[in-house]
Amino acid sequence: MSKINYLPGKEPHPSETRRIFRNVDREGYNPSIECFIEDGGYKLLADALKKQPSEIIDEVKKSGLRGRGGAGFPTGVKWTFIPRGNTKPVYLICNCDESEPGTFKDRFVVHQDPHQLIEGMIISCFAVGAHFGVVYMREEFPEAAKIMQKALDDAKSKNFLGKDILGSGFDLEIILHRGAGAYICGEETSLINSIEGLRPYPRIKPPFFPAAIGLYGCPTIVNNVESLCQVRQVMEMGGEVFAQTGAPRSPGTRIIGVSGDVKRPGYYEVVSGSITFGELLNDLCGGPKEGRSFKAIIPGGSSSKVMRCDAQLKAANGSPMSVFDIALDLDSIAAHGSMSGSGGVIVMDDSRSMPKVLNNLNRFYAWESCGQCTPCREGNPWMLKLTNRMLSGNAAPGDVDLLKDVADQICGKTVCAFGEACAWPTQAFIAKFREEFVALTEPINALKPHSDEARAARQFLGRED
Amino acid sequence: MSTTSTILPKDEAAAQGELNVQINGTWHRFAPGTRIADACNTVGAHVPCFCYHPKLAIAGSCRMCLVEQGMPPRLAPGQEPSYDAQGYQPLQWMPRAIIACANTVSENMGIRTTGNITAEARRGVLEFLLSNHPLDCPICDQAGECKLQEYSSDYGSGTSRFQEEKTKKGKNIDLGPRVNLDQERCVLCHRCVRFMRDIVGEEVLGAVGRGSNCAISCYPGLKLDSNYSLNTVDLCPVGALTSKDFRFKMRVWFLKSTPSIDVNCGTGSNISIWSREQEIYRLTPRQNDQVNSCWMPDSHRLNYKYINAEERILNPTVRTDIGAPQRESTWDACLKLSAEQLQKCEASKTAIIVSARMTNEELYLVRALAKQLGIKEIASVSRKGKSDGMLISADGNPNTTGEQMIIAEKATALEGICSGIKSGRITALLALGEDITAEAGLSADNIKNLDYLLTLAHSKNGTTELADVTLPGVTFAEKYGTMINVTGRIQRLNQAIEPIGNSRDDWSILRDLIILLGSEDEKLAALKSARDLVTIMADEFAAMAGLTWGSIGNDGKAIISTGVTIPLIEREQASK
Amino acid sequence: MSDTSNPIEALAAHHDSPGEPFYPKFATSPKLIKEAKKLVALYPEGKAQSAVLPIIHLVQKQFGFISDESQQWIAEMCKSSVIHVAGVVSFYPGIHRKCPGKNHVRVCRTLSCALGGGEEMFALLCDKMGIDTKSMSDDEPVGISADGIWSIEAVECLANCGFGPNVMVNDKLYSQVGEAKIDEIIAAHSN
Repeated sequence: MSKINYLPGKEPHPSETRRIFRNVDREGYNPSIECFIEDGGYKLLADALKKQPSEIIDEVKKSGLRGRGGAGFPTGVKWTFIPRGNTKPVYLICNCDESEPGTFKDRFVVHQDPHQLIEGMIISCFAVGAHFGVVYMREEFPEAAKIMQKALDDAKSKNFLGKDILGSGFDLEIILHRGAGAYICGEETSLINSIEGLRPYPRIKPPFFPAAIGLYGCPTIVNNVESLCQVRQVMEMGGEVFAQTGAPRSPGTRIIGVSGDVKRPGYYEVVSGSITFGELLNDLCGGPKEGRSFKAIIPGGSSSKVMRCDAQLKAANGSPMSVFDIALDLDSIAAHGSMSGSGGVIVMDDSRSMPKVLNNLNRFYAWESCGQCTPCREGNPWMLKLTNRMLSGNAAPGDVDLLKDVADQICGKTVCAFGEACAWPTQAFIAKFREEFVALTEPINALKPHSDEARAARQFLGRED
Repeated sequence: MSTTSTILPKDEAAAQGELNVQINGTWHRFAPGTRIADACNTVGAHVPCFCYHPKLAIAGSCRMCLVEQGMPPRLAPGQEPSYDAQGYQPLQWMPRAIIACANTVSENMGIRTTGNITAEARRGVLEFLLSNHPLDCPICDQAGECKLQEYSSDYGSGTSRFQEEKTKKGKNIDLGPRVNLDQERCVLCHRCVRFMRDIVGEEVLGAVGRGSNCAISCYPGLKLDSNYSLNTVDLCPVGALTSKDFRFKMRVWFLKSTPSIDVNCGTGSNISIWSREQEIYRLTPRQNDQVNSCWMPDSHRLNYKYINAEERILNPTVRTDIGAPQRESTWDACLKLSAEQLQKCEASKTAIIVSARMTNEELYLVRALAKQLGIKEIASVSRKGKSDGMLISADGNPNTTGEQMIIAEKATALEGICSGIKSGRITALLALGEDITAEAGLSADNIKNLDYLLTLAHSKNGTTELADVTLPGVTFAEKYGTMINVTGRIQRLNQAIEPIGNSRDDWSILRDLIILLGSEDEKLAALKSARDLVTIMADEFAAMAGLTWGSIGNDGKAIISTGVTIPLIEREQASK
Repeated sequence: MSDTSNPIEALAAHHDSPGEPFYPKFATSPKLIKEAKKLVALYPEGKAQSAVLPIIHLVQKQFGFISDESQQWIAEMCKSSVIHVAGVVSFYPGIHRKCPGKNHVRVCRTLSCALGGGEEMFALLCDKMGIDTKSMSDDEPVGISADGIWSIEAVECLANCGFGPNVMVNDKLYSQVGEAKIDEIIAAHSN
């Protein structure tokens, strides 16, 4: 294989290990099928088609690959949830609705290296026995949609898709289905409803999960773009070798997207657990902006709980450590009360007001709540109205506790994980930066009416006695 | 439980095809597939629900039915389960509440509807639901039968911490000819949407918008005008959908509900009659899975206005001489006069037209009357139409089956009577419960051929105008009785209000007439209520053998196999 | 009997927009029907309703927005009810019920872009395009310039967080947008 050169200014940091992003920003690389084939593409598919589907599933299980969409569920295990003895069609959906704020990894795969995804997806479809696959792409990727559609057409014309793929007897159609700007469609059952043409309300689960009853009532596997690309890596490296790289319980590489207050924000593909937050932010990202210091980190997309940079943490052995000593892998981050999620790291420096940051997130969740179930539909606008009031100086100290209470009342009581996603930021921001919220309040505000209704109630329903 | 017992409860239950479920500390048994909410409610552990309805697809969206769930611990490979003294596995309680509507029971499951987790979840959901609710109970029709009100009082916190501007949505929206919508009161349970889509098969309602702006709506130009639209009002757990007919008429807590049946067609949908003092305010369907599920057609539901209408006949009227005007009389005088006049009629020239809208008991007495008078010609008016494929039967009479069992008329009996009247062969007629100028095929001129016409009716009609004697009976809401529907199910009518004015229960009019005509039947003379007639008839009709008023119950009993089915019920049973 | 502002009528109401001259008025044609049927055929037999979003995109691309007539037609094409289509249309923020301008600008307002100054860019863009920021709200998220050349909308995350503030003009994404770049963007789409 020829040596890979990257575009000037876009060279990966030496600490990086480019697998999924191998061809991102690569000199002379383009998203055409010719380029991909020339680089050795679709060979893995030909090999995979010679195997038994169960062998591929075993290989993926052996690799310990965990889903890259945010929840970190083992991919191979998810595949085995298709009921035994199933006679219905099986569907596989690629979740390319990348919409968790702070996350921007799938974008570059589908724009610059779509065939990598298609190959991974065909192999996965073959493994689970799906003959119809859907790439669900968010509407905000119009260029990627064109590229992906062309890539699918090209793959079909070369018989990587369609009937009797490469003479294996395996048939597969993959279509591109575009969303229309709704965050909730990243939730797998909402995404399924969106494909069915329904209002994309998430489905209740339990009792049924998509692997048993999904698209059109049939077993359906939904995997993230990066997860499907990682499947291709597993095929290339072999499950055992894949499992040996990176953190033991979350092997492989991770694409970390860093945004916010660092000198060099961007994407970095690193072996999971190989670097710490300190190394990521100070070395790869060049540290805080001039004259600033890091204040807070949201480690895995906007829903993950914020971490305070000056917090005193304790390592597993009891020795003191800081946020910057946490290794970048699923379990290490989880051990310190947050999550690695989708790999979107948002950094805030000491110039930032935390209530303002939370207010921005609350607006996002209030806007994106689908409105199906009560706690989320009613709770999110309430949280937004409370932080709005805090920012405008009309809140009382009690409102800080109320805000946290509202979040607690949503968390764990909703149809889908959006309930947690919207409650965690509020819970964490108040737990970690309570003083900043309280500082915006005035006790006298507790006595003031804050809405037309409250004013009218005072005027007309007030009691003289 | 003694330790000598070697059979574990799980095996004991399994042998009977059941599962052991612990609810609030007590073990119960349920059939597999029972929803947790239903299981809890049957043993008195109340689970509040907005979106869940046993007849509709599961939505699981209101989150009101959150309960605490415990399961036996997951065993490591090779590990043997442990059992307590009673033979149950220990329960591990989950920290997260689950919804009781979508999930079914399983062996050795534990449910807690009391305790902090459930209480907090319920309080939270109610606080959320009320945060943007207009709190306009004083002007809301649903007040008094509103789930939001009930649950708030049972599980809510009593005060609101919400001080922000409320979300504004549409109010007083004309959704269809019979239904009004208030989007601000709506809790978005989607029951109405699911009912119209899945049960009626007309997708006219849907949710629009998203987040806190979600609302139920129909599309402009497409109204909610199905003949089943008012069922959405029943389904609505809050005051979002209200019936235009009932709107602002009466506070529901002043109303008395009486279980009865619909008399507009052969289905005999089970209903509740809602009355206050002597007035009927509304009819609503009453669940009966063999007859009407939980629904009824709007056209039948709204057909109650005649009960309290001007047209009701409040006193017996008689014509003392040929050509003389009708004048009001007293019951004693009128019945005495009628008996005298009937005795003068020649039996072979007298006929009876009865109605298949009468109860079995009334028909039985009509038969006795015919026998007393020696009348051979007796017929009813049939009302054959088309079924709507849902609940409206092709038979427009509610008691054809009963009429056929009791009167057993010949198929051409009515034609014979009509032609007899036209030809002058029949000179006297008793029109009981039917307006013979309407559907029997007789004109006013034909009727003028008669020398004598006696009629039993509750409201003024073409026949009462011409009758020599009009005996004012009552409507279905004012009487007790039984009818047999098209499927052969005997069902009860219950008296919701007293007879209006001086009208009298039809059975007692017939009975008094029979006695005045010289019957010496002591049983008849001793009758206190139509209800007692069931026992008398049970001795005579094989199909009714062993029946009493009490044993029929509020759900009725299938007694005859007619081979006729109710389309909606068939569909419902097939989907199970 | 209904109150004056009827939210049901609003589902079909036409909203006048200065952008309308730049798009053809919705009309079906054999070509459009053929394209819609092709989209329906992508999905398994009997699942025509799945094509509701693709057909909406097809219509929106050509006619700028989803009008009352097009909602009815879409329902017909994907064998669904019009209230269902209205439910879908009113759910997704990416579907317009009002005609946008000739160029539709989307500015990300979510955290990462906001930290980079996205909100200031939004205000600046509005100013340069002659759109009153006060004309926009959650109920009416799109602002349109009087000449119909520009429409602007603050949207949630465009998934390019590391390179904010992000601005999308029609199908083209502009990242790391600063004051200077705004002039470039406007110049590039002005003719």
